[in-house]
Amino acid sequence: MKHTFTATVALAAAGLLALSGCSADDGGSSNTIKVAYQKFGTFTQLDDHMKEVKAAFEAENEGMTVELVPIEAQQNDYFTKLALMNQSASTAPDVMYEDTFMVESDADAGYLAPLDEYTESWEDWDAFYENAKSAGLGGDGKTYGIPMGTDTRALWYNTDVFEQAGVPVPWEPETWADVLDTAATIKAKLPDVVPLNVYSGKAQGEAAAMQGFEMLLYGTGDTLYDTDDKKWVTGSQGFVDSLTFIEDLYQGGLGPTPEQALDKNVGNLVSAEWFPQGTLAIGLDGSWLSGTWLETGTAPWPEWSDVMAQAPMPTQEGDEPGATSMSGGWTLAMGSKSENKDAAWDFIALALDKDNSQSYDIAASQIAVRSDVSEDPDYQAANPSFGFFSEIVAVTNFRPATSDYGQISSEITIAMEAVMTGQQSPAEAAAAYDEAVIGIVGEENTTSAK
Amino acid sequence: MRSIPLVPAIVLLVIFLLGPVISSFYGSFTDASLTGSAAQGASFVGFANYAELFADPDFPKSVMLTLVFLVASAIVGQNVIGLGLAILMRSSNGFARGVVGTFVVSAWVLPEIVASFAAYAFFNDTGTLNTMLAAVGIDGTNWLYATPMLAVIIANIWRGTAFSMLVYSAALQDVPPEITESAEVDGARGWQRLVFITVPMIRRSISTNLMLTTLQTLSVFTLIFVMTGGGPGTDSSTLPVLAYQEAFQFGKLGFGTAIATILLLVGALFSIVYLRALKPEVD
Repeated sequence: MKHTFTATVALAAAGLLALSGCSADDGGSSNTIKVAYQKFGTFTQLDDHMKEVKAAFEAENEGMTVELVPIEAQQNDYFTKLALMNQSASTAPDVMYEDTFMVESDADAGYLAPLDEYTESWEDWDAFYENAKSAGLGGDGKTYGIPMGTDTRALWYNTDVFEQAGVPVPWEPETWADVLDTAATIKAKLPDVVPLNVYSGKAQGEAAAMQGFEMLLYGTGDTLYDTDDKKWVTGSQGFVDSLTFIEDLYQGGLGPTPEQALDKNVGNLVSAEWFPQGTLAIGLDGSWLSGTWLETGTAPWPEWSDVMAQAPMPTQEGDEPGATSMSGGWTLAMGSKSENKDAAWDFIALALDKDNSQSYDIAASQIAVRSDVSEDPDYQAANPSFGFFSEIVAVTNFRPATSDYGQISSEITIAMEAVMTGQQSPAEAAAAYDEAVIGIVGEENTTSAK
Repeated sequence: MRSIPLVPAIVLLVIFLLGPVISSFYGSFTDASLTGSAAQGASFVGFANYAELFADPDFPKSVMLTLVFLVASAIVGQNVIGLGLAILMRSSNGFARGVVGTFVVSAWVLPEIVASFAAYAFFNDTGTLNTMLAAVGIDGTNWLYATPMLAVIIANIWRGTAFSMLVYSAALQDVPPEITESAEVDGARGWQRLVFITVPMIRRSISTNLMLTTLQTLSVFTLIFVMTGGGPGTDSSTLPVLAYQEAFQFGKLGFGTAIATILLLVGALFSIVYLRALKPEVD
């Protein structure tokens, strides 16, 4: 009896081995390149762009097939799905749409292939701005992503709503208090209008951390990360103040209700419904917002350029330089598990040549990172907000480009959610954040704010 | 050689049950991650994930929420209502039985995601419940936000009661009517017949049913994730939701599997308690 049992287990184990032996490696025939990118809600411009590039690429390269993998997911879920695809050679994409803040982290993870040998002989590379190039660098100084465009963030406001509320336009807030005062005025005059939207909470992921929190924090004089010492900052007053702004906004009834704000869909609602319908007065949002309202967007709104205006986000007390912004941007990167890296590169180079960069930057309302695009009169004429958003590049900030940023950004959204729902006071949430940061990077990699 | 026919079953069990359990158990001792250098090759970190977990104030809260969800929705809600319905339906006429049965079972027949959206639409701020309350002049609160646990508990009772009802209906068929009748002749009241005759006789079904509903409820994810996303804040983050958030939203696979392992232990603990307390094998 004992014998038969052992035999059974051995057989089972053999079966297991046989099964595991035949997994992996079915994708990746080298005549096919797989291109993974995000398509979600109102963000369909990249999907259109990729379809065009695919057709052009296949026409140019006889026998090659481009397999498009649009990942329909909100930003954080997109990173997760992309990371899961990247874990196995059979699913890993050859070309992927990669956020600049994930480049270093994913290069560390071994998902991305360095592109230096290709950029060396790519004449277009000289047309890219230096600061844009540096956004695609990994921790080892190699280039892992070719930038598609960049973005800045500022306050968008609906001038129709402002006029109804009797607030003079152009609106030029100089401090946080000005912003909140205007919001309070609008609330008093127009109770059915949401005065001010600032993305917040876990469901919004990086949008909350960057468009929301960091737009505040980088206007306080404090930062997340000390770039000179290469240490994360804990215990800063600016952090608590920024959370207090979020608390005032949500607990003070000046923002969307917390339950609206925690809906994953709020980004789509803001651009496709709230602003066009005049139910939102002010939104702290990105330069790409108008992409939704163009003819090529998902919610065309021909009058947008007359109705919507922009103001730079002021610093907390109006201190120099008076305004602040955050910049990010996305790149195309090559998968390290690609079986046909040359073809993958050709696809990237085609997708981001002058004409394709320009058509994408216009369609998706991106700030151009190629000098030949940004100087092109067609590009400048395409969208009246490009001028404003290009100007605030002067005061913009970049996120800490370390591989821990992704996790720490999640901790910021946790602190925001705790504060906006009233579960913790700003000081408590900031203390919990400090503890979490120490847990992620270790005490030795943090520094106390003076 | 008698165990040869069992080989396919054992192979499948090993692959689909033991495999994931072992891999989750092992993963919980590593720093496996979705991105960053740890994604390239996870290294063994001993009990670091567990140490971090026990130091995290969200963890005891999540365990409490899981237990509240389990006790209120499965052990009390589904079992008691399921048994009650089964008893009532036994003594009702065929028509009532058909109508009630259809209503209850329809919730159970729905795919989980559909049931979750239905529950979301019901409890949503502008959903069915508040619309109905408004019709009678009551201004309902935002249930998913103000009382997230209550909402998901009721949704899980709604969804899961059918299973218990079916199990108990079948079990009650096996209680010989002459025993209850003779108890009635001896003067036992309704509740006395239930407590002293019926319940002991269907003890085995109760044990099995408790175990099944417990394990099923412990692993409920879709319902909570769709309805509240574990929020607001962490107010409805039960262990499965917390594990998902840590592993996939925050990329900490190792930490997430540590939570999954704890969940596994909680399930095993409850199973042992049921097996011991209700001794289904002795009769």
